[in-house]
Amino acid sequence: MKRRFISIGRVFKAGMLNFVRNAWLAVAAIAVMVITLTIVLFSVIASATFNNTIQQITDKIDISVYLKDDVNEQARNDLIAQIKQLENIKSVEYISKADALERYKEQNKDNLDLLVAISQTNNPLPASLQIKPQNPENFDPIKSFLEQDNIKALQSEQTSYSGDRKDAIDKITSATVFIQQAGIAGIIVFAFISMLIIFNTIRMAIFNRREELNIMRLLGASTWYIRGPFVIETIFYGVISAIISVGLCKLVFTLQTSAFDASTFGLLDIKFASDYFAEHFWTIFGIALAVGILIGAVSSMIATRRYLKFKSTK
Amino acid sequence: MILLDRVTKVYGKTNIALDRINLHVEPKEFVIIVGQSGAGKSTFLKLLTREERPSSGKIIVGGIDYEHLKDKKIPLIRRKIGVVFQDFKLLQNKTVYENVSFALEIVGASNSEIKYTVPRVLSIVGLQGKEKSYPRELSGGERQRVAIARAIARQPKILIADEPTGNLDPKHAWDVIKVLEKINKYGTTVLLTTHNQDVVNKLKRRVITIEGGKVVSDRASGGYDK
Repeated sequence: MKRRFISIGRVFKAGMLNFVRNAWLAVAAIAVMVITLTIVLFSVIASATFNNTIQQITDKIDISVYLKDDVNEQARNDLIAQIKQLENIKSVEYISKADALERYKEQNKDNLDLLVAISQTNNPLPASLQIKPQNPENFDPIKSFLEQDNIKALQSEQTSYSGDRKDAIDKITSATVFIQQAGIAGIIVFAFISMLIIFNTIRMAIFNRREELNIMRLLGASTWYIRGPFVIETIFYGVISAIISVGLCKLVFTLQTSAFDASTFGLLDIKFASDYFAEHFWTIFGIALAVGILIGAVSSMIATRRYLKFKSTK
Repeated sequence: MILLDRVTKVYGKTNIALDRINLHVEPKEFVIIVGQSGAGKSTFLKLLTREERPSSGKIIVGGIDYEHLKDKKIPLIRRKIGVVFQDFKLLQNKTVYENVSFALEIVGASNSEIKYTVPRVLSIVGLQGKEKSYPRELSGGERQRVAIARAIARQPKILIADEPTGNLDPKHAWDVIKVLEKINKYGTTVLLTTHNQDVVNKLKRRVITIEGGKVVSDRASGGYDK
């Protein structure tokens, strides 16, 4: 057991030493891994941001049913109960005339003229029901219910559907899908390139040290004692690349948020992205670290398996 | 200690390197294997260190039957057998001390074990004071003695020396042989392959002659046949 610990320590030390020795060879491997990890991070952050934007817009979508002043409480409660029976209903909120007035005042608190004008009237605002659908793309059952004559009779004016937001949602959804697909394609391509480069880096390192490795083998070094340092070395590539790529992201967000207004980026809500990055920093760093280590370890395992011969010939 | 039962090794389809070899070596024996280049000596040693597998036949070394030996366990075998090569196989970028300690490091010896063992084996092979030299600064004989020190550092039960004197002049060759005798006296089984007639005649030990892949003679205390 003690020997095993000593060996693990030595393998680790040898891996560090290899890393320092191969520093220049490692630059290419690390550079391409940084690109890979940066794409990974960008995809993660962008898709979280788009999802958030979609969520926000979806939350705003509702249907307002304006009630006549003479609709009594009984009739109102019946209506609410009936609406709740319909499919695709998330919530129904009743806003009384007084509430409506409060909201109106709040929304227009900077417009003194309006406030004065409204205070001189006897609250012209109708009471309303605000209906939030579960799925904003399917208003039809709600619509057909509200357009029945007996229901219409309760309404003071035309039902308001928050309409053209559907276009915005479609746009953002397709952008999200595109970003996700492009991200996955980019990750696959660059992960493959990183693996090839690391694979070759290790192959060269093995070639340079083939004499020493052969002697180790003849002296009875275990397979892991020989392979371990190469794997450790490439795990370091992963760790360093993760640190660089997360650092790059941090830098980009610092520059962007100070240099641009959020609206400059159209669909991408850069402020949310920046907040998301700051809030989930350790998770994001963990993802970069895990992906980096995985790419490094897998490629060096393949390279050492292929280029270090452990089996005796038959 | 070492048992070979009808061991045959065929390279490719027709190239027979060893042909039904039977051999038994007792613990603490000193055995010299002679034979011309290509006679099968090296193949024989490679079978013992498991660099090669036999095409057929049984090999048992130190109680371990190679037939049931998994690849993963090969390093364990090699740790029990010290090997000295004709071309030394020293690490050029490591000092004498480091070359020897290297053999201990890879099997997980502690630093204190290494500090204790290395000077001792270096003094057995007569290389005190050369600890900090690099292999290129040493004579051929000295290099071979570093290789021997490395091979015996882990106190193997068996020491295989494959033409250790092949690249050395007679004086240095004899130094190396004397070290091997000393190690044998401490209780290690020694297998020595050599071309060197002088060595064989002076040692007066068991001599096995291999020719064309077969054992053609096995004498308890022999001289060189030719």
